[in-house]
Amino acid sequence: MKLGTRKLLDKAFSGLGLFSIALIAASLLVILLPILVRGAGAFWFRGTVEFRKLMFDKFERGNRRAVPAEVAQARAARQPIYDMLAAFDREMEKGGILFRKKYEAPLDELKSRLRVLLGPFPGEARPALIREQYGQTRWERALLKAQDVLMVESYDYADPTKLAKKTHSPRVEEFRGTTLEPLFAYVQEHLEEMLRPRRTFYWRFLTDTSLDAHFFGGVWPEMLGTLYLTLGSMLFAIPMGVISAIFLVEYSREGRLVSVLRMFISTLAGVPSIVFGLFGLAFFIHTMHVSHSKSVLAGSLTLALLVLPTIIRASEEAIRAVPHTYKEAALSVGASQWRTIVTVILPAALPGILTGIVISMGRAAGETAPIIFTAAVSVGQPLSVLETFTQPTPALSWNVYNISTEHQAVDEIRHVQYGMVLTLVVLVLVLNLAAILLRAKVSKKLKG
Amino acid sequence: MGVPRSASRSLVLSKRAGRIQRLGSLAGKGLLLAVTSSSVLAVLFIFYFIARDAIPFFRSRGVAELFTALEWYPSGRPPAFGALSIFVGSALVTVGAILVAVPLGIATAVCLSDVLPFRARQYVKPVIEMLAAIPSVAYGFFALVVFAPLLQESGGTLLSAAGWVVGAPVAALAVVVLSELATARCRGAWQPAARWGAAAALGVAALLGLRWATRGLAGLEISSGTNALNVSIILGIMALPTVVSVSEDALQAVGRELREGSYALGATRAETVVRVVIPAASSGLGAAVILGVMRAIGDTMVVWMASGNASHIPKPWYDLTQPVRTLTATIAGDMGEADHVTGSERYSVLFALAIGLLVVCFTLNLLSEWAVRSTKRRMGR
Repeated sequence: MKLGTRKLLDKAFSGLGLFSIALIAASLLVILLPILVRGAGAFWFRGTVEFRKLMFDKFERGNRRAVPAEVAQARAARQPIYDMLAAFDREMEKGGILFRKKYEAPLDELKSRLRVLLGPFPGEARPALIREQYGQTRWERALLKAQDVLMVESYDYADPTKLAKKTHSPRVEEFRGTTLEPLFAYVQEHLEEMLRPRRTFYWRFLTDTSLDAHFFGGVWPEMLGTLYLTLGSMLFAIPMGVISAIFLVEYSREGRLVSVLRMFISTLAGVPSIVFGLFGLAFFIHTMHVSHSKSVLAGSLTLALLVLPTIIRASEEAIRAVPHTYKEAALSVGASQWRTIVTVILPAALPGILTGIVISMGRAAGETAPIIFTAAVSVGQPLSVLETFTQPTPALSWNVYNISTEHQAVDEIRHVQYGMVLTLVVLVLVLNLAAILLRAKVSKKLKG
Repeated sequence: MGVPRSASRSLVLSKRAGRIQRLGSLAGKGLLLAVTSSSVLAVLFIFYFIARDAIPFFRSRGVAELFTALEWYPSGRPPAFGALSIFVGSALVTVGAILVAVPLGIATAVCLSDVLPFRARQYVKPVIEMLAAIPSVAYGFFALVVFAPLLQESGGTLLSAAGWVVGAPVAALAVVVLSELATARCRGAWQPAARWGAAAALGVAALLGLRWATRGLAGLEISSGTNALNVSIILGIMALPTVVSVSEDALQAVGRELREGSYALGATRAETVVRVVIPAASSGLGAAVILGVMRAIGDTMVVWMASGNASHIPKPWYDLTQPVRTLTATIAGDMGEADHVTGSERYSVLFALAIGLLVVCFTLNLLSEWAVRSTKRRMGR
């Protein structure tokens, strides 16, 4: 081959590597960006008057005079709609049977759409579900729901070979020539007065309990559950992991015993997480009976086994990295081996061990499969510390799955889903960032 | 100056005190060993308890049905427990993930170990660590909520764009090299003309081929965004960090001497890497691939959320745009219903699937260990 071609190939080769790195960075960005941007929407959004009313009613937040005053203003802006509906109801009564038949169904449909947008009509009985007691709390959802009021969605089955086509037609056509005709223009023009959107920063998303299966409120029970599970698993995994590492490095010679131990540890690291979940169910719950059924304790034990290999390996590496001179100095002034380990080696290895611990915490917080059968429930209240021994808990990881697949109104609560994913991802990334910083510190110390 | 009495007493131990100390240290060591062997115990217990709950299934229904039959109706009357399509689904998704993760991962690892300067490496590492840190449920959420609708609505366009981005540079390179190889025999004044001619002809052919291929991709109609393709890509991205870090370690382990020897013979960097470093690190790279496979096959949340969970074998089998169902997702999904009837076949069949999964992962793990060890031995470390 000519030299020029070889050089070109060499350049192309480097280019290939850089291209793949760029591709990886791009995919990280593509995955994180929607989560970051739309997740921020759970905290920072345009809240309507309904949102402030909800906060006032359910959490007693907001000014005692301002909120009811604002509610009253919004109510006044909505009054013409209710008047028009009442007028049309009277027209229905007066009109003949044909008239009634013609408008009965469209009117019911319209009313239910309006209820979704604005909440129950004045004078109506209070619905049982919280989601039906209030109108749209978020402006961008309200715009969508207003569209539902104004437009009729139907499917066009004209071409049987293709999927039915979605078409929209103005709902006003259904009521052309009646007293309800001006209602639609009114809704279109006065939506802002009726809902009064305002920029809201809802940081309490993190500390509020959820209302009505995550339709409203925040993710506090999930946060707390993840915290309990993570700390609980560390409670078991840290002592076991660090002691194992001490044994492997300081107390044993490389030989058959150690290589067998290492093989088992690496096997443990290779067990799929769902199998850990099954094992937790079959062993901790059905055999050991650590709790009657799912509990935070059983979940923590299962997660502890899952992160154990990571902690052992990180601690082992950290202990190995402590210079031999430290140990020899301690032994030469007469310290026993155990004393040397506790007072000299462990403190010197601590940052490295902590790095491993922090990374495993991130892993434990993010794992879902091991807690499905051992600890997680979809809906639950925040637990006290004592209850963790017997009670299951919601957790961020499990509930992200749950509310984005099994929830009865998946499309309605996208913002909560994104907010919850964001919370989880930020939690895990912050833990990992801490680990990266710790490690940088360690390497600086070892170098200098 | 005399030594203080108390110090001299503590330095010289009596026979009894010495024995107590020796016993104490022995007991301490025993205790440490006991704690350390808890991981051994954990592995044995995992195998035992999973097997214990799987055995009732094999006893009542035999082994053949699970691995050969196609009908999976665990709640039917009579129930059917044919998990072949589930095994195929797992394999399909894993192969897809590996097709994404291995080329990208090894190219990145080579770039990190041989191309980039140290400073640039420090910026790339955190990106890969972040990819490794993101929980699998977040990947699953992305796959389900963002990626699946995208695939469903404009999957063909997306795929053909990806085809151009990857295919065009590769085709250009191939044209240059092939045209040179084809005209290597020509000598004298004719050579440049012949080369350009060959390059032009090959270039046109490549362009047409690429256009034909991407046309085909663009015309693809994806009926459901939650399918094997979606999951393969996401799992591939998830397995990337493992592949990158393990293969980078393997490439680093090759050492300077081999590389310098190759450079001294006049090889370019690409030639050194392809002909010398990669063959020397091959078993380590094998370990990287195996660990990547394990990551992909063992993941639950992504496949449960975004694979479509339809237990049938795609027709034709390589058609990734159809939904599939995997082992992990089946265990996770069916346990919810089966848990109430502990002891029934519906419950124990899931443990039987888990045993299959466990055995596969165990074998792969042993293989990767062996591969890593053989690299180390070969490198003399």
